[in-house]
Amino acid sequence: MKDDVILCFCEDLTRDEIREAIKKGATSFDELKRLIRCGMGACQGKTCEENIQREIMTITGRKREELPLPRQRPPSVGIYLEDAARGDDDEK
Amino acid sequence: MRQTDLAIIGAGPAGLAAALEASRAGARVILLERDDWLGGQLVKQTHQFFGSKNEFAGMRGVDIATHFSEQIEKDENIQVFTGATALGFYEDGVLTAACAGRMIKIKPRTLLVASGAMEKMIPFENNDLPGVYGAGAVQTLMNVYGVAPGKKVLMVGAGNIGLIVSYQLIQAGIEVEAIIEGASHVGGYWVHASKIRRMGVPILTNHTILKARGQEKVEGALITRIDENWQPVPGEEREVSVDTVCLAVGLSPLAELLWQAGCEMEFSPQLGGYVPIRDSNLETTEEGIYIAGDVAGIEEATSAILEGQLAGISAARKMDYRIEEEKVEEIKANLETLRAGPVGEHIRQGLANVER
Ligand SMILES: Cc1cc2nc3c(=O)[nH]c(=O)nc-3n(C[C@H](O)[C@H](O)[C@H](O)COP(=O)(O)OP(=O)(O)OC[C@H]3O[C@@H](n4cnc5c(N)ncnc54)[C@H](O)[C@@H]3O)c2cc1C
Repeated sequence: MKDDVILCFCEDLTRDEIREAIKKGATSFDELKRLIRCGMGACQGKTCEENIQREIMTITGRKREELPLPRQRPPSVGIYLEDAARGDDDEK
Repeated sequence: MRQTDLAIIGAGPAGLAAALEASRAGARVILLERDDWLGGQLVKQTHQFFGSKNEFAGMRGVDIATHFSEQIEKDENIQVFTGATALGFYEDGVLTAACAGRMIKIKPRTLLVASGAMEKMIPFENNDLPGVYGAGAVQTLMNVYGVAPGKKVLMVGAGNIGLIVSYQLIQAGIEVEAIIEGASHVGGYWVHASKIRRMGVPILTNHTILKARGQEKVEGALITRIDENWQPVPGEEREVSVDTVCLAVGLSPLAELLWQAGCEMEFSPQLGGYVPIRDSNLETTEEGIYIAGDVAGIEEATSAILEGQLAGISAARKMDYRIEEEKVEEIKANLETLRAGPVGEHIRQGLANVER
């Protein structure tokens, strides 16, 4: 049965698309991210992470605490390049 | 580069209490808050707070926020940035934040992450329809902006948040069709649950949502009874006619900056997800980086305030400011009292695994 429940809202990814990528061998969140961009949108994985990890758990049989989280890097939210380039007051 | 003794990320009860405590010891503080106001979750809490034997029980959350904010504004040691989102923490100890079209850079001697939590989301069909909200969003709309989210609501989750937000919806003249809860029992306090039941709202345990109905927006929902393995019981499905689905299915700590900083983390089901390993003064495995409030484990506002005080005073001590040792012991004793008894059991279990 088709399962088009959306798990990653920012990148519009359905459960079927995520399961398919896991079955292709992407068995960590970061691998999935490189393949299908889950967690790369506005919320940076805050909404989908848990539900996607659950899909990985179901398919691979691994436990939650065995699953690595997506790597966290700055900036933690999107920022305009213009703002970054403008820098702080005292740098003018 | 801005220099300071202590940089605090998040101005919820934890961050506010920490700022005041560190300042009292003489430390200079920079407080960063991404919202345009101070108070965090407290700002939306129009109800009187539960909690026993503490000075804030019986006060409304929003009044507690005002109480703290007024003191902070008067405090010359504390520099506040609102509309300022912390973005990154780098190897050289520099913290960046986006604020009013600029990227500010701070080099603090110590750092406190008090960023609170984020709401969990459950998957079901059509969960991307307008009209599906998190309980936090519903509270913000109603209690901060005075906007009704809809006319008739299905609440998912019977923990304290689901119960309290349902009550606030009814107070605002919005109908709550039912509260559904996947577990076999109500997670929140009985006082809240009984109040809701007396108002005629059914609380259906062992129930979940399968689908939201509607084309352009929510027009209804399909719910079902589930068994102990969370599988739908055949023949026990039911349509409900609602225009809003509100999800109150739990919170998890918002710990991204702690991951960036390289703090050792541990998965704790009792505390809501991955939380940092900490010592008894709330210092993480990275020297000089402290935590307090929901980011350290999902709990409540009173514990967030006490943890904030403890982290603030500990950071000040780290930098050799003179503090009162008795005060530290007093805060720790208060935390212990708060977590005593059956209600605090899961917190005690969770903490036992992450405190070193
Ligand atoms: C509906 C509801 C009812 C509740 N009722 C009660 C009650 O009756 N009694 C009780 O004790 N507790 C209650 N609580 C719980 C209580 O509100 C929380 O436990 C408490 O607010 C946690 O405090 P905190 O300071 O850790 O986090 P928060 O209050 O969430 O504050 C965190 C702050 O950090 C900011 N922030 C996050 N990330 C960044 C960043 N990168 N940069 C800058 N700022 C950032 C956020 O904007 C926020 O203002 C309730 C909660 C809810 C949702």
